[in-house]
Formats: sequence, C-alpha cells, structure tokens
Amino acid sequence: MNLRFSLNGEQTALDVSPWRRLLDVLREDLALTGTKEGCGEGECGACTVLVDGEAVCSCLVAAGQVEGREVRTVEGLGDGAVARAVREELVSFGGTQCGICTPGIAVCAVRALEREPDASRDRLRELLAGNICRCTGYQLIVDALECAAARGRGEGAE
Amino acid sequence: MTAYLRPNTLEEALAVREAHPEYTILAGGTDLLVSGHRVPPPPGIVDLFDLRPLRGIARDGDGSLRLGAATTYLDVLSSDTGREELSILRAAAREIGALQIQARGTLGGNLVTSSPVGDTLPVWLALGAEVELSSAGRGARRVAYDAFCTGYRQTDMAPDELVTAVTIPPPAPGTRRFWRKVGTRRAQSISKLMIAATARLENGLIAEPRIGLGALADRPIRGVAVERAMAGRPPDEDTAARAARALAAEITPIDDVRSSADYRLTVATNLVARFVRLLAEPA
Amino acid sequence: MADPSRVSGDPALAVGVSIPRVDGRAKVRGRALYVDDLTAEGMLHGQTVRSRVPHGVLRAIRQDPDFDWSGITVATAADIPGENVVALIEDDQPALVPIGGRVRHPDEAVALVAAPTRARAREAADHIELDIEPLPASFTIEESLAGEVVLYGDDNVMRRFDVQKGQDVERALAEADFVIDGTYRTGPQEQMYIEPQGVMAAWDDQGACRLTGSMQCPYYVHKAIARLTALPPEKVVIAQSVTGGGFGGKEEYPSMIGAHAAVLARASGAPVKLVYDRDEDIGATTKRHPARVHHRLGVMKDGTIVAQDVDVVLDGGAYVTLSPVVLSRAVLHATGPYRCPNVRIVGRAVATNVSPHGAFRGFGAPQTTFPYERQIDKAARQLGIEPFEMRRRNMLELGDETATGQTLSYSVGGPAALARAEAAAGSAPPRELAPAEQGTPVRRGRGLAFYYHGAGFTGSGEEKLAGRATVALCEGGGFEVRSSSTDIGQGTLTIFAQLAAAALGVDVGLVRVPEPETGSVPDSGPTVASRTCMVVGGVVERAASALRRRIEAWADEQGIDAPMDELGRRAAGELGEISETAQYSPPPGIEWDDDSYTGSAYAVYGWAACVVDVAVDLDTYEVQVERCIHAVDVGKAIHPIIVKGQIEGGTLQALGWALWEHVAYERGSVVNRRMTDCIVPTFADAPELETIIVEEPYPHGPHGAKGVGEIPMDGPAAAVANALEDALGAPFDAVPALPEHIARALAQAERAPVSKNEREVIS
Repeated sequence: MNLRFSLNGEQTALDVSPWRRLLDVLREDLALTGTKEGCGEGECGACTVLVDGEAVCSCLVAAGQVEGREVRTVEGLGDGAVARAVREELVSFGGTQCGICTPGIAVCAVRALEREPDASRDRLRELLAGNICRCTGYQLIVDALECAAARGRGEGAE
Repeated sequence: MTAYLRPNTLEEALAVREAHPEYTILAGGTDLLVSGHRVPPPPGIVDLFDLRPLRGIARDGDGSLRLGAATTYLDVLSSDTGREELSILRAAAREIGALQIQARGTLGGNLVTSSPVGDTLPVWLALGAEVELSSAGRGARRVAYDAFCTGYRQTDMAPDELVTAVTIPPPAPGTRRFWRKVGTRRAQSISKLMIAATARLENGLIAEPRIGLGALADRPIRGVAVERAMAGRPPDEDTAARAARALAAEITPIDDVRSSADYRLTVATNLVARFVRLLAEPA
Repeated sequence: MADPSRVSGDPALAVGVSIPRVDGRAKVRGRALYVDDLTAEGMLHGQTVRSRVPHGVLRAIRQDPDFDWSGITVATAADIPGENVVALIEDDQPALVPIGGRVRHPDEAVALVAAPTRARAREAADHIELDIEPLPASFTIEESLAGEVVLYGDDNVMRRFDVQKGQDVERALAEADFVIDGTYRTGPQEQMYIEPQGVMAAWDDQGACRLTGSMQCPYYVHKAIARLTALPPEKVVIAQSVTGGGFGGKEEYPSMIGAHAAVLARASGAPVKLVYDRDEDIGATTKRHPARVHHRLGVMKDGTIVAQDVDVVLDGGAYVTLSPVVLSRAVLHATGPYRCPNVRIVGRAVATNVSPHGAFRGFGAPQTTFPYERQIDKAARQLGIEPFEMRRRNMLELGDETATGQTLSYSVGGPAALARAEAAAGSAPPRELAPAEQGTPVRRGRGLAFYYHGAGFTGSGEEKLAGRATVALCEGGGFEVRSSSTDIGQGTLTIFAQLAAAALGVDVGLVRVPEPETGSVPDSGPTVASRTCMVVGGVVERAASALRRRIEAWADEQGIDAPMDELGRRAAGELGEISETAQYSPPPGIEWDDDSYTGSAYAVYGWAACVVDVAVDLDTYEVQVERCIHAVDVGKAIHPIIVKGQIEGGTLQALGWALWEHVAYERGSVVNRRMTDCIVPTFADAPELETIIVEEPYPHGPHGAKGVGEIPMDGPAAAVANALEDALGAPFDAVPALPEHIARALAQAERAPVSKNEREVIS
C-alpha cells in the first residue's frame, strides 16, 4: 500500500506491505535505526515509539496501522524541556550503559513525564516497566528520570 | 499483496467482515503480531484499532455498563465511568504487560484471542458479563461469557461476526470485589493463575458469590463448586477451608514452563480462602 | 537522589569524578550504531540451520528440490577454507558439523543460508532437511557422572582441579564440634543482553576477511577466524561495533557467529550480516554453568571454622569451550573469604548433550559463593551466633592466608565492607507475621552474604597474556587510546579517557578512545575477568605517562615551557603522530604453581557484603525484596557513577538469578526461548538498591583501582536464600528459589518433624 503518515513531524509516504512491522519499516526503509529490536514480541521495549503520542512497541504495530497517524521516534523527540531533560539526565546520571535499551527508555520516559510530571519513583517504575534494561539495575535510570521530572516541572537547574 | 482496510463505522466493519471472512481482524496487535514477521502475510487486514464507535465505556439506560470491544486497557485505566464496579477490571488492566501493551491491547482482542491466560477474562466471569456479537446479516446478539468461550482458544464467534462490546449488569448494592493475578513477575508477566471474585454479605452470610478463575484450566472457568461451598455461609475460617477444599476438588491445573500444577492448586486455594476472609473485613 | 558530578576543566580532577560518559550522547539520541544498524551494498542476511537432535551422527543435508533456491547461498562444513574448528582452549568444537560428524547438542550449527532478505533466509533454512542418526544422550550432571553415555574422554570429566591445605580434611572434620553438610544446586542463567548477538562479514578483492560485530574480545575472534579461513593474521580484521551488553555472553560465542558469517560471505561473494533472533540467541548461545556443590563445613562451638571440604561439579555442556577456566575460578573461590586451616576442594567439569555453557559475570564464583555463604549462615544459626559476628570471627584480614596459601599483604577491604553494610542496614525488620495488608499474610526476613572475588586472570594468566595498550599523540594535538578492550556498556571508553587524561595532564576532552579494530589496536587481552580497568587501565596509564615524558623531553630540548595540551599541539605539529605502547608487568611477589594449585591465585581481591530484606506472601509465595544493601570494595572508583552502575547492574542480575531467572530444558534444548517466559527483572521488580562504594586501594592498580565488574554477581543470591530461611524457617539450597520451590519447601517443612534444637535456634 501507499502508506502516508507523519514521521517526526514530517509527512512521509512510501510503498510498503501493510503487514510489515512498523519497526522494520522505520529501520530498513527509512534508515531510522535509533529504534532497536531486542525481542520482536513486545517484551523488551527497545523498539518503543510514539504513535499519536502513545508509547507502543513498534514490533507489534503493522505498518498499515499508522496510515494517517503521527509517529515519533527517538530521532524526533525534539528539544522540548522534557525531552532535553530526559536525554541529559540519562547521560549525567549514568542511566545509559550499553545503550541498546536507551532509545526506547527515552521515548517512553518522555511520554510518561509529559503526561505525569509529578510521577513518584514507584510510579516511574510502573510506567517504565515495559522497557527492560539488563545493565543498570534500573536505579540510575530512576534517579535520572526523577531529576528530569523535576526539571520538567521547572524545578532545579535548567 | 495484502489488502488493508480501516472501517470507520460498525456497519462498514461488518460489511467487510461478511465480504471477506478470510481477512485478518487486527486491533492492538499485541497477540497477533508477536513474531508476526515470521508468518506469511494474510490476504487482507481489517484494522479495528481505534474504531471509534466501539471504543469507550458508557452506562446504558438500564444501569448496565457497556464496554466497546475496541476499548484499550489504557482507556479502561483512564475512564471514570463505573469506577467502583470496574475496580477489578482496572486492577487487571494495570497488570497487563506494561504501558506499551496497555496502549494497544483491547478488550475485544483479549476476548477473541481467548487464551486460557487472557488477563481480563476471569473478570468477565466474576462480573456476570455478556459478550455482544454483531454481523451484517443477523444483527446483534448477546451471550454470557461462559457460553462465549467454548474451549481452548475457541469462541462462539461466527465467521461473519465481530465482537462489538461487553456488557455488565448493574451490581447488587454492597457487592465486594477481589482480584489477584499471580504472574511470573510484577510487569510484562504471563499469568500463572488469576482469580476474580465478587460476593456480598446478606445478614452476615455470603450471597451470590461469583468466582472467575484464569490459567487453571483450558479456558477461563467459573468456580462453581467453590461458589456453592461459600453461598449462605458466614465468612469465617470454616467457610474459607470449605471453599479451598471445594476448589481443590474442581480444578486440575497443569504443569507448564511458567508454573507447576501443585503450585497453581495450592495458591488458588489459598487465594479463595483469602477472599472469604476479606469478606469478613469492613468494606 | 545523588547529584551527579559535572565535568571539570581541571585535568587533575579527571580521575574519581563522574564525567558524562563519552558515548552517552550518541546512545541517548539513538545515533550509536550496533551491528544490526549496519548495512552494505549487496548485503545478504544469514540464517543458521541447527541439528534439533541432542546427539547423533550427521548422515546427510538435503535441500528441498521443490523450493526456489534462486539467489540463495547454502554453505556447509565443506565450504570452510581452513580448519573446521572454533578455536578456543581445546579444538573440539566444529564451526559446522561435517557429514559423518557427530552432533553433540540440539542447537548445533549444521548448515548456513544467505538470502537478500531475512524472511527469505528464514524460509530457505526451513527447506533444508537434516538426516541425523540419533544416539543415546545425557543431559544432567548426574547422567554425565553415571557415564552410560560417554561424551568426553572415558569418564566425561573435561577437567579436574584439586586444592589441598593443612591436615587430612576428614580428620579435621571429625575433630570439629559441628559439621554442616549441604548439597547446593545453582541453575543455568541467560545473560539476556538486550542486543542479540550478530556479526557482519565481508571479503575484499585481496582475499582479506573483515568482520564487524557485537563482541567482548576481538582478538579471540581474530584467532578463531584466522584458523577457520587459513588466512595469515594480517588478512583477518575484526572490528567491534557498539555492543549492547555482554556479561560474558559475548566472550566466546562471537567466534562461532563470526565463523558462520565469514563462511557465508565467502561462499556468496557478498557481505553477509548474521544477527540472531531472540529465540535463537536464547536457544543456542552460552549460559551460566549449572552447578552441584557438596559442601562440608567444620566449626567449633565458638564459631571458628576449622575445615572445609568442597566438591564442585559444573555442567560444561557439549564442548569444552571455557569450562576449565570457569571451573578454576569456581574452585578458587569455593571456601570464601575465611580463614580455614584445613581445606580440600575437588572440582570437575563434565560433558552433557546441552549447548555449551560459558562465561557469565562471576565466571564460576557465584556457583561456589552460594554454597559457602549458605553453609556459614547455617552454622551461625545452629550455633546461635549473630550472622555479622559469625563472619567477623572468621574473615580474612591483612596478613592472613587463603586456601591456596596466599598471604594477603594489601588491599583487604573485607572488614570495611562488612562494617559499612552492617551500619547501613540497621536493625532487621520484625520477623513475625506482619499485620494483614488487604488480607495478605506476609513474613519477613533478613539475609547476609560476605564474599570476595579475585580480580584479573588467575595465577600467572596476566603475565602470560602480557596485555598491551598504546597511547598516541595525533595530528592536531589530540590523544588516542588504542586497546582491544571493548566497551560493552561497562564504561571502558570513558574510564580509559580519564586514566589517559590524568596521566598526560590534559583535559579529558582531548582524549579519544575508538572502538577497537584488530588492524589498529594492540592485543590488550580479552574484556573479561574484571580486568579492564585494573589491568589494561594500568597499562593505558603507563603508556600515557611514557608519552607524556617523551613530549616533555622534546619540549625541554626545544626550550618550551607550556601546559601539556599546548605541548601536545606543538609536538604533533613538529613530530607528527607519536605513540607509546606499554605492556602488563605483574606486581612483585605474585607466585602461582599451576600443578599444585598453590600460591597467589590472584594479584588482588575485591570484597563485598550484601544484606537483603525479603517479604514473602504466604498465600502466593511471591518474594518481594524490600531492601538490598551492597557494600563493595573496588580499590578506587575512577568514575563513581560507572562503578555504581556496575554494582547495581550486577546486583540485580544476582537477585534475578536468585528469584526469577529460570532456563528450562527438555532433552538438552531450552524450552522457554522467549523473553516472555525466560524472564529477567523489570523496573517494577527491582528494589531500590542501596550501594556503598568501599575504597581500599590496590597499590598496583591505576590510582588504586581493582576489579568491579563481577563481584556484585557473586553474593546476593546467598543473601536472598539466607533471608528466606530467616523468614520461613526452611532451608533454601537451590537457585533460583521460585515461588513454586518456596511453596514446596514450606509444605515439606510442615510435614517434617521440627527438632527442638532447630526450633530454639530459629526463634
């Protein structure tokens, strides 16, 4: 099908089978390799993207399903206060180690903190539970997102 | 070449369903697309995700609740309609996968996939829900959930039908509700077993108990013998023990990669007893 | 919430400060390129056809005549240009089973397929049929020891080690007041790096073979590919792509995938990328060795340990791979950080028809730490000695001697780690039934574990390896660190930049650390054994110091007096690129005898104490880790946040191994091959981790640093089991302790008559 959708704020059109995974279309056809594949079954969250603002596993979305919708990947998170804070604090707190889960975590965290700027540490753990990290033990990611949340609320240094 | 169709109305959806029963009905994709890249593409896809007329929770004139089949778990969590009655559905929804899965997975998808470990299914048993099915030719019909699920991953849905809604009758005043999923971990977890239960006290005695059990048989089942063992008795230790014994006699769980038959049986009986004890506590 | 330290412009502050990771920005923006992100003109996708039979003889490989094979390359053992072997310790493992050859496990590679798309490659692989004549197979340690099926030598024992100290251990045990006798089992564990394994291969016009992939040890792959291809070493180039986690899982296996990609690329004449799907990765790649340990501990009434007799058996799987080295480490850690005059340790690694077990963080030590820390805890319980006090009475201190006769003369951080953990833990939660929380009966308990971990290679290993590293002054005045130590997430690139900057006296921003490629970096040894910072980092520091001295000498000659960054710029302009390479030299006083297994097993040890508080739901037997305090002596934290990340990541892997992670096998084949069922902890399962960095400097490490990567994996499982026994009064002697096991243990404890004595000790 001729698939048309908004990708990171730009109208995109391409000819694809509607059954292909959004993940593959992003990585193979559109060269957006920031979205990673860790399991191919919606279990690890490394392929998380936003579809109409909602965090989803792009391995579980058929390409046809994003027709006319708005898709945002890690490359297109932009420079809003929350996105910047999430990226910067993940780096400064050591919330990224091997980094393969990091794009998915950044995407999910931006969605989480934009909707729930006051999320507690426990709530952050619940919101991010679909993103598996095997390196950090999660502690430094939670620290980073707690700080990013404070920055998003206008507290702390900007 | 796979056709892609996205109906905007129920009529359109039913017309497509009738014309192309061989097309794959796709909603959130959280079951169908697991390793979907490994199966050959279907001749066509009918995408019901975000089919607006089937999305959302509303109260009907008779006081019953109507939950559209395209309602996502995240919709359930953010809806204010019927908060008390749906407390156990929300509890179940909150434990399904995590945010990403909750954003895509739908009530209708869970019903039609009809997995013995489907996380919302025991809730329908406990709430006495009915499933609404529609077809272009024969219109709508409703069946009780017990009758809808006919076997291991089997349903009563005809090839020209779609599941359009779940309806829940208004609860009797004072109804207490209980939900417990025992999974492999706290999120992104497949259930080892689930129990959804409702009951109320009438003059200090248990009335109208309904026990829905998940992952304990080839399909979600009612704990009929447990209900019988509880009904009309006070919520005390004796009843808890009777209920546990009744449950042990009526289910035969299996060993699989996620858990063992022994564990499932022991924990299910413990949780039924826990429910009985909870009924004794103030609401 | 800790405020992370920010970058400092002062070079003197390059070490001990948590600068932003040098690879952090690219990773957080999705710009870091992992192997699956790479592509090449005309690239094909590879797929592996596996045996699916645990043991047998390969009779034939047949391609379905009705399938469309156009555009598809099929390769078998016959297409291997050199030796059909994945070179490692022994040459027993073929890259592909040849016709007439023996299949030894169900995931053994037999044929390879390359096609223009992954889907087509997968489809083609499904149309290759294998004719394998089955043979009887053996799948467990017990079956292997029974010897009905002989898979290795004449008794299935791949390697045996013996350690002996003091008088006859049987006599010492007979003279002890109490003997604690226990058998412990620890299960296989999947590394579950989030990036599956993958390698891309291409041959050039000159017949050289270049591999790029996800790996820990480029020179291991280099050695294996040179023999497989029969190419001279300079015609094989191995480059590491950004690697999405390893934990040991990418130590030896990349040689196998690399071999397959190289063979396919040669056979097809096109670049080939071979990236595993998750199920294939779980099924075929290495796991932590399952272990059975029988431990007898002799103690006196006052708690003094007088004897330890330990029998360690590891399931090595179908080929030798790294099992001898894992076994060695298991054996050398088997008696713990305790004084003990009489010791006997026997270790054996045995062969089974299971995919080979291999390296995983801790490398054998977690398998023997669990038993000895359970044993010490049981002894304390039986003697009525408080758990911290029991450890304090027996722990190794400065000047004490280990089981192999090594006298500890520096950097003994055990006492400090134990004291810091005890202070942080405070009083234990009430053990009795907690008040019902929504009708939930809960029982709580606390467990302690205390342990050590030898840093770097065992014995004379580091001396033999002679790891090298280069620091270069490059065009424009920047510096570059060249080593084969990979960054697999643990921060190599960042800490090497820090160590070089500090030694050079320049801002860390002037130092670049590229991902290694064998053509342009020296062999620093493998990225394993907690050796990267301590051993290779020390070599980097020495190379940087030598380079600094050379630049300063040049400046003296020229009569230039300026800060180092300026000297670098001017020297680079005048001299062009100059570099210094340093090589590891062992610290004095390190003597090891491989024959008697005596002497200094390791140059230095890391030390740790872990306290775990658990709450067990008595209806569902689910365990909640409510607190986990981990004090770890790392010598010196070059980058405190990276160190914290290493400790916490290892701690959660250990808690995962203790409570959730279960790899299920059926006839040698992993049954739970998906992340849905082969689970690791999520954000929601992980407790808040309380990490204490203890610094007891190692005089021969860079700025006092010693290993940190592995030690956090060793002990938490024992702390969990000790906490479960504390909570429930039943012993937990196997890993993992799943709710199913807890339910069974409680049912057994109810049935078993409880001796009066035990009851007294518990209450």
